[in-house]
Amino acid sequence: MEILVCARRVPDTSENEIALNSAGNDIERDELVYSINEPDNYAVEEALQIVARVRGQVTVVTVGGEDNEEILRREMAMGANQAVLITDDAFAGSDGRGIATILKAFVQKGKYDLILTGVQAEDGAAQVGAMLAAMLDYPFASLVNSIEVLEGGKLKISREIEGGNKEISEIDLPCVLSIQTGINEPRYVGMRGIRAVASVPIPTYGTAELGLESGAVGATAAKVRRVDYFVPAFGKGAEMLEGSREENIEKLLELLAAKGGLK
Amino acid sequence: MMEVVQFAAPITSWLVPGRTLFLVIHILGITSFGYIVARRLLPLVRAARDPRFDRPLARLRNVLQFWLGQWKHPRYKVAGILHIFIFAGFILLAMRAFTVLLVGVHENFVMPGLSGSAGQIYQVATDYAATVVLLCMIFAIVRRLVFRPARYAVPARYGKAHTADAVFLLALIAMLMVADSLFEATKAALQAQQGQTVELATVLSLPWILKGALASTSLPMLGRIYYSAYLSHEVVFYFLLCYRPFGIQFHVETSLFNIYFAKLDQGTLKPVRWGVSDGHLDQVKSFGVKKFEDFTWKHMLDFYSCADCGRCSDNCPANAVGRPLSPRFITIKARDYAFQHYPMFGHAGNGQPLIGGIYSADEIWSCTTCGACEAECPLLVEYIDKIVDLRRGMVDDGNVPQSLQKPLQALESRGNPYGKMEKKRADWASAIDFKQRCSVKTLDKKNGADTLYFVDSITSYDDRMQSIGRAAAKILGHVGENFGILGAAERDSGHEVRRFGEETLFMALRDHNVEAIKACGAKRIVTADPHAYNALKHDYKDVPPVEHISQVIAKAVKSGKIKFKPIEKSNNVYTYHDPCYLGRHNQVYDDPRAVLDAIPGLKRVEMSRSRDRSFCCGGGGLMLFYEPKEEQRMGVKRVQMAAEASANVIVTACPFCMVNIEDAIKVAGLEGKLTAIDLAELTDQQMVREDRVVKAVEPAVVQQELVLGR
Amino acid sequence: MARIFAYIVHRAGVADDSAAELAAAAKKIDAAASPTAIVTGWGPGLDNVCSALRASYPEVWKIATEALAHPNAELLRKALVRVLPAGATVLVPHDHFGIDLAPGLSIKLNASYVSDVLGIEGVEGTNLKVVRQEFGGQVSAHVRCDISSGAVLTVRPGAFKTLENIPLSGTVVDKSADVGALAAGRRYLQTIAAEAGDVDITKHNVLVSIGRGIQGKENVVLAQELAEALGAAVSCSRPVVDAKWLEKSRQVGSSGKTVKPKVYLACGISGSFQHLAGIKGNPFIVAINKNPKAPIFHVADVGIVDDILEFLPELTSKVREMQGVSRK
Repeated sequence: MEILVCARRVPDTSENEIALNSAGNDIERDELVYSINEPDNYAVEEALQIVARVRGQVTVVTVGGEDNEEILRREMAMGANQAVLITDDAFAGSDGRGIATILKAFVQKGKYDLILTGVQAEDGAAQVGAMLAAMLDYPFASLVNSIEVLEGGKLKISREIEGGNKEISEIDLPCVLSIQTGINEPRYVGMRGIRAVASVPIPTYGTAELGLESGAVGATAAKVRRVDYFVPAFGKGAEMLEGSREENIEKLLELLAAKGGLK
Repeated sequence: MMEVVQFAAPITSWLVPGRTLFLVIHILGITSFGYIVARRLLPLVRAARDPRFDRPLARLRNVLQFWLGQWKHPRYKVAGILHIFIFAGFILLAMRAFTVLLVGVHENFVMPGLSGSAGQIYQVATDYAATVVLLCMIFAIVRRLVFRPARYAVPARYGKAHTADAVFLLALIAMLMVADSLFEATKAALQAQQGQTVELATVLSLPWILKGALASTSLPMLGRIYYSAYLSHEVVFYFLLCYRPFGIQFHVETSLFNIYFAKLDQGTLKPVRWGVSDGHLDQVKSFGVKKFEDFTWKHMLDFYSCADCGRCSDNCPANAVGRPLSPRFITIKARDYAFQHYPMFGHAGNGQPLIGGIYSADEIWSCTTCGACEAECPLLVEYIDKIVDLRRGMVDDGNVPQSLQKPLQALESRGNPYGKMEKKRADWASAIDFKQRCSVKTLDKKNGADTLYFVDSITSYDDRMQSIGRAAAKILGHVGENFGILGAAERDSGHEVRRFGEETLFMALRDHNVEAIKACGAKRIVTADPHAYNALKHDYKDVPPVEHISQVIAKAVKSGKIKFKPIEKSNNVYTYHDPCYLGRHNQVYDDPRAVLDAIPGLKRVEMSRSRDRSFCCGGGGLMLFYEPKEEQRMGVKRVQMAAEASANVIVTACPFCMVNIEDAIKVAGLEGKLTAIDLAELTDQQMVREDRVVKAVEPAVVQQELVLGR
Repeated sequence: MARIFAYIVHRAGVADDSAAELAAAAKKIDAAASPTAIVTGWGPGLDNVCSALRASYPEVWKIATEALAHPNAELLRKALVRVLPAGATVLVPHDHFGIDLAPGLSIKLNASYVSDVLGIEGVEGTNLKVVRQEFGGQVSAHVRCDISSGAVLTVRPGAFKTLENIPLSGTVVDKSADVGALAAGRRYLQTIAAEAGDVDITKHNVLVSIGRGIQGKENVVLAQELAEALGAAVSCSRPVVDAKWLEKSRQVGSSGKTVKPKVYLACGISGSFQHLAGIKGNPFIVAINKNPKAPIFHVADVGIVDDILEFLPELTSKVREMQGVSRK
């Protein structure tokens, strides 16, 4: 089975403090550390586990700049057979639809049975996988937390829905799935593994290789644009208790009694 | 006066009919033994290399102390003394056994140097030795069957009990003693019947008793008994010789070698591969131990040498709290694997993965590397290097628990396991009221100092542990040290990173730190973190000598630079908990105690497990992130020990111990009855300062009746 | 302005709260708009839903077809594409179903797409200005979206307060016939319910809820003791379940249970949107957290900055003291 995983390089959520910059229009980016979007990492691990069961290849692709190579190398160290960097100045400023358009062009250059993305990235948009599927006219499912390969070009998948319930469906290949964290336990990749793949060549694709017109993607084509970042002045918010712990407990118990919190 | 005895004709003729048989048994026995040993050596020949042939004098010293001197044995009094007797007996009886064996084919054989009076004295000694060994065997069998010490028990998941095999072997040795004594007794009985009083009477020895029983036995009967005793002795001797390599009794042969080849550089870790320098590690295809043959030959010898005494597991804190780790069975399972896959006949070797085979991943991750097992083992079997090697293999395969992956990732990108920003590493020193009293300078190429205070990650970033950092800084300032910290240039020491098998990440952290340390020009390093201390002392090369803050304080107390004011709440009872990496691994036991004893009015008690028997708090570094399967927390057991010792303040000298102990006090429900304080914090609190009096904030007074257990 | 449509989520003949929220959001886009509700499904409950919606929507489109008895986003997308007019703005709740349906729908409609909208500032020319969050709610962002050929928006549940309006008398239009035969490459098989734990947190009036701040499985007992003293149940946020410190049945949030207690004690919980999405009914929320900047303090009624590992045991013993006294 040929599996393509679309990955994104994002500021690492657990190792960064996200704060506004001094100008107040963007986040402070100076000391951010980046890594692969966590759900995408789960997707790669899932792809590797699938091909270990049914044979095949795993390709990881990302759209971005040269810096994105570092996440590709990490996923190759994890076991991905191939990595591809899609990069071109013309792609800068693309919105979700633009990224999906770029990926669609890449997908159509190859022959993939299964395309995986992480369910969402740091912007919480959760859109590229679904858009890509619609553009390719492939069936799609989001929040996938279990994949079973069936005979005859089909998968049995489980989606995470409310209440921790699971929605079980059958889906035809080729398809696109967005993967939820917790689907598996990704294997560890350390510096040694990355060094071992440090000199593996990573092919790059730009507008020419993908046959895209620069007007179709990038900032000019984007219909959705983030204007700024800000921290809203929240309303009243909580009434903060500022006394000693003892005093706070007393006041809290008073309030709880009034609100029916004590039996 | 004693005369040299010429044996009367009968005795020399009694064995003649069996000479061929005896010779055949000799040849069979020796060749079998030789073959068996050769098969046992086969996996060692295929094993990884391990340079242990250097420093012969130091190695001989170990042999004298631990093999001949049985140094570790008395740590368990009954079994220890028992074994010392048995061992002494074996050593003494060795030459007698050799003589007896040869007599069957060369009747007048006498051991060179043991003729005449030397021989008489030797005879007396060995008569008693055989008796004592027999008595020890009986006692040992009764102990196994009736008293059943807990550490011999085999938990169900490890298979059947080893009692039957143990009793079998003990019985065989007893039989050997009886056969030997009967042999000597028959000889003596004959001489007595012929009116020769030749030997010193070894009154009440087994041969003496048997001689008395044979006093009126007929000559032909004596001859038959003599022959049978000889034959039994020879058969049992060779049976034991050939049977020992199939079980724990192989330690009789291998112990000498195992101790000779024991590790000399305590506290160091085995490199990934001996003979491969750090720069060439990229060429090594596979890191760590994944299959049996990846072990070094010395590790395999360890597996053969284990005597199944159970002392390691008896002291292992992971085992005590129900984690799936029992050091004894790490060894026994590997030994059984070797026996199974390197059989006497047939195809040898197999190369199956160990993790998922004889070991589970959790079993190997459960170890805190506290070293209690190694401290206890009488045969100097090594464990930590094996655990680290197995972890290296798992890391190489990507088989790392999810709970450890995030801190490892953070260590890679931010140099600390919490993912906090590098530039905030020195924020602990900028706390407003602290900064006013004690200014801590950050060192680099331009701003150097004599002494570097290496803070390490937990003390830098953890809200609670930062107070240890501040206390240490104040102490260093008080004793007039010209010191500074590396600040944002400091990275985690990597101590646990290395012990959790991530050698590459460790080297990156180490190399970064070494460069920063060199740049600041410090001539010595001080740290309040025993894990950093151990790393800087043993894992890092080319760095200035390192001291722990407790050593600095002890010196300052001795020289008078630090004076203490009396303890205010004099009802408190203090106890010192030895951190594994300060105490057991680096033998710093007395300095912290000297500091405590120098504080006027401080009452101190020892817990029953202290010094090199200290009980690990739960582990430090990455161990704080690992989620073990256990029935109880190690820290909880430890604080209960403190309560049992009637203490209400636990003093420790390690931030990780502090985390685990403070946590455990809450979980054990001992809040209000027990508190914890770091040695540096206590020193800072009690130090007399000329400029102003520091307001003491002491652990709460506790009434004696409230102490747990009363 | 083009028509605004709202996709209605319903269960057992009752529309979800989001139905009213979407109506409010539609008004924010265009105060003069007459939003249309779209209700799909099969069976007797469907008519109840449509009927009830007439009070808040001027027009309700009913699409009754057996293929949509279970809301399969793949089939539903095809159905919507057949009935929606060009340039429409479609609102969908941002939940597991919304993210399954909406992005692909925007492509098929050739419309713009913005997800998880929690504020709408209005239309300027052909652009709609909305507010979203990024980085797990740590920062907000204004987003401009070109709606000249329509838009699909998923709306954060609970972000738009329902309007207190005079009930409308909307009409129900049956659009079932316009949909035609539906087939898709994804077929629904079954739903497997989560394992029922021993405690049903949705039935409790007081919840002691713990988050990552509890720091370890062995500290969960601190919350359990407080819950016992208060006659409450222990619940938690997702990280606690991921770390296996509590079972899934205790999780409050968009991928866990929805609870409607009277009192909710959020202990060591940062207050991510996904967690808060599981709290309905506007309970009295008390937040205790070491971090004074935790987002939970924006939504809580009372806040205390403290370490829960120290605070909880003290609170528990005070509660027990109080009860000891009152029993005498």
